[in-house]
Amino acid sequence: MQRFTKLYFALDSTTRTVEKVAALVRYFSQAQPADAAWALFFLTGNRIKRLVPTGLLRDWIAQTAGLPLWLVEECCDAVGDLAEAVALLVPTHDQTSSEPLHELVEQRMLSLRSLAPAEQKQIVQKAWRELSPTQCLVWHKLITGEFRVGVARTLVVRALASFAEVPPATMAHRLMGDWQPTAESYLALLSGAANEDPGRPYPFFLAHPLEQPLESLGDITDWQAEWKWDGIRAQAIRRAGQLMIWSRGEEVVTDRFPELGCLLKSLPDGTVVDGEILAWRGDQPLPFSALQTRIGRKRLTTKVLQASPVAFMAYDLLEDGGADVRSRQLAERRKRLEELVLGARDCPELRLSPVVVAPSWAALEEAWHTSRERLVEGLMLKRRDAAYGVGRPRGVWWKWKISPHSIDAVLIYAQRGHGRRASLYTDYTFGVWSNGQLVPVAKAYSGLTDEEIHQVDAFVRRNTLEKHGPVRVVKPELVFELHFEGIQASSRHKSGIAVRFPRMARWRHDKQPDEADTLDSLKRLLAAVGQASSLP
Amino acid sequence: MADLLTSTDRGLYCPPGDFYIDPWESVPLAVITHAHSDHARPGSETYLTTEPGREVLRKRLGDDAVIESLPYGAKKEANGVQLSLHPAGHILGSAQVRIEHRGYVAVVTGDYKTDSADKTCAPFEPLRCHLLVSECTFGLPIYRWRPQAELMNDIHAWWLASQQQGRTAILQAYSLGKAQRILAALDLSIGPVLVHGAVEAMSRAYRAAGMNLPDVPRADFTSARATRGKALVLAPPGAHASPWVRKFGPVSTAIASGWMQLRGTRRRKAVDRGFALSDHADWDGLNATIAASGAEEIWLTHGSTGPMSRWLSERGMNVRQIATRFEGELDEEPIAAED
Repeated sequence: MQRFTKLYFALDSTTRTVEKVAALVRYFSQAQPADAAWALFFLTGNRIKRLVPTGLLRDWIAQTAGLPLWLVEECCDAVGDLAEAVALLVPTHDQTSSEPLHELVEQRMLSLRSLAPAEQKQIVQKAWRELSPTQCLVWHKLITGEFRVGVARTLVVRALASFAEVPPATMAHRLMGDWQPTAESYLALLSGAANEDPGRPYPFFLAHPLEQPLESLGDITDWQAEWKWDGIRAQAIRRAGQLMIWSRGEEVVTDRFPELGCLLKSLPDGTVVDGEILAWRGDQPLPFSALQTRIGRKRLTTKVLQASPVAFMAYDLLEDGGADVRSRQLAERRKRLEELVLGARDCPELRLSPVVVAPSWAALEEAWHTSRERLVEGLMLKRRDAAYGVGRPRGVWWKWKISPHSIDAVLIYAQRGHGRRASLYTDYTFGVWSNGQLVPVAKAYSGLTDEEIHQVDAFVRRNTLEKHGPVRVVKPELVFELHFEGIQASSRHKSGIAVRFPRMARWRHDKQPDEADTLDSLKRLLAAVGQASSLP
Repeated sequence: MADLLTSTDRGLYCPPGDFYIDPWESVPLAVITHAHSDHARPGSETYLTTEPGREVLRKRLGDDAVIESLPYGAKKEANGVQLSLHPAGHILGSAQVRIEHRGYVAVVTGDYKTDSADKTCAPFEPLRCHLLVSECTFGLPIYRWRPQAELMNDIHAWWLASQQQGRTAILQAYSLGKAQRILAALDLSIGPVLVHGAVEAMSRAYRAAGMNLPDVPRADFTSARATRGKALVLAPPGAHASPWVRKFGPVSTAIASGWMQLRGTRRRKAVDRGFALSDHADWDGLNATIAASGAEEIWLTHGSTGPMSRWLSERGMNVRQIATRFEGELDEEPIAAED
């Protein structure tokens, strides 16, 4: 626990990649395997679902510290991080625990799961007496399922690879799929001995956004263009007589999409296909919102299955006849993929992502302009002679996305941010005009520079009209250009409209609030988008 | 006797005594609690401050300002009002203003800290009064300071670690007060210490006021070069992001401020380390001071006035929040490099 806490703060207190990797390597070389396994589990983004409701944690600290609950909530709001706020409120003492991380997790933490709140409270209060303030912070992060530290998974992989003296790509692959945070599986990761898990996926190869002119990519015949599908990136793994479908979030989603079960019979054993799960009907995709009705739903009703059927759009082949084929050229992989998909019988849900053929860059650009009506996000450009790599290198795969929708909206509410932005007003709600009133239509957090954030923060403080808990109603004065990807009707929103991935594109200093967009113009956009989705 | 003090748009005013306390507009007589720029504004006809604080206030206001001074505890009579200045423990010469009129006593704390480990100013003196006007910059229970000795140990450990990495340690601290407090507490056997010009100017005023501070060189190109990778440099906030820092070679950066209690603030400032070393009272210090004053009425200003006033009201106290010109809700110490 001491070592892990030290690592947490070492990672937290530097922005230098080299130092982060060095701290990780130092940790892996010193920690006991049983502890390192858990550390790796958490550092690579795995969570144990929240064991203690944050509301209870607030109640308990209020009682323990002798403070009213509202004051605890003020503190959480000022800190912008519950785990840290509660750690700062723990009554001071000089204890530091030397308990190993795996004991803390396996004995204290996991025991919380099956206990009633009164017993949980005893365990948590005991921890408050025994752990140092910094250890408490880490402990709170773990039990609330909020453990995050500023270190990218790739850095953890790089550090572990360096410690195990293997290439990062090898370690990335060893880490894919299900592995247990035990000393045995950690040691197996290091030695490469085990992990014969037949469901283990390959690391997804990722594309860079296209920023330069098309012509600079050279000869168009060196490139394969495909539609950029707006679904869930996934790998279909057919091995050992089983089918497993992994999402890019590294979750097994096989059970969520029963109609993809036919891939099992249609693909030969020892096949791994990279592709996209899409809501699909007939010959065209349904809007992403249809796919959303399939995600995060515990029980799939017939109604949902009928309303939002899915397909697997295959676009790459990673394993063929039990052999890893990622190092072969795309052209070769594609040829074999076509044979497999077109040869697949009785599985219309398995589709082949078509190659978009264009004789020139100009012709390709024309095709790109039809993206919106095809309900795709744009085009993908992939080098025909390239291997299926690891990570997101430049120059091999490009994503060429269509421009987002855009509206001008007025800042109406603000809330404080979290983490680096704690105590600054950085989370905004924007409104558009409807019958002389501003109706909230979008929340956005990103897109402003630090300098602009400070200016808006100062504006919020000086122009607060009302406070509702953490939310401030501000004078409707600032206008922002918002960009968003999709728009759909929503009964959950007062405006009747929900937008997807809204962000601030520009602060329109040149616009007055009354020049902002209207709800009517958004409704017209919604109608237009709805029409597009019914186009052939 | 509520009219012994009143909150005006120029600042706190004492009508029977006809003077203002820390006014932000020009007034005939300004009583100054301390020389920080949000309390000591230029342009008033006459200033009154403490004897030990005169040099730093002079430094701030310039040679033309008319500055009168009083020793700590000495009484001055004005129109039947007795006025005296008492140590606030914030920075050199900082004062609480005590006003007595017909047996009624009001105290304006100005900025203060209750930790007495700071050797560069007189320790805070608790005062009894009827009306207490208290700052509450850090009026939330998440702000509980660790002792200065522990924080200095952390600073020394960071300095040593920076040396091991061949980095110059750039420690940013408010150039009036915090920088001198740290300078006086640093273990000079660890390595060379340099100061930024703004810190040097204020340290000179401290020495002129009789404060015994270590004599360390100003950070110029030559001294910086000679001590690269070994020195600790005291600089005003913001220095780490300016070209000034380039002469030190590879650096490790840190800020010493109460706001560093929160990781978010430290990360936002993009420094490597934060040390929560504050010149303000923490939650416990504020509560202890307010309780010890025995005041029947509390006015709160600066910082967490909302939560603090609710907290005190719920404890049956008679509380009011008063506005200041500078912070509707200032979350930061001034971060720009000072003169």
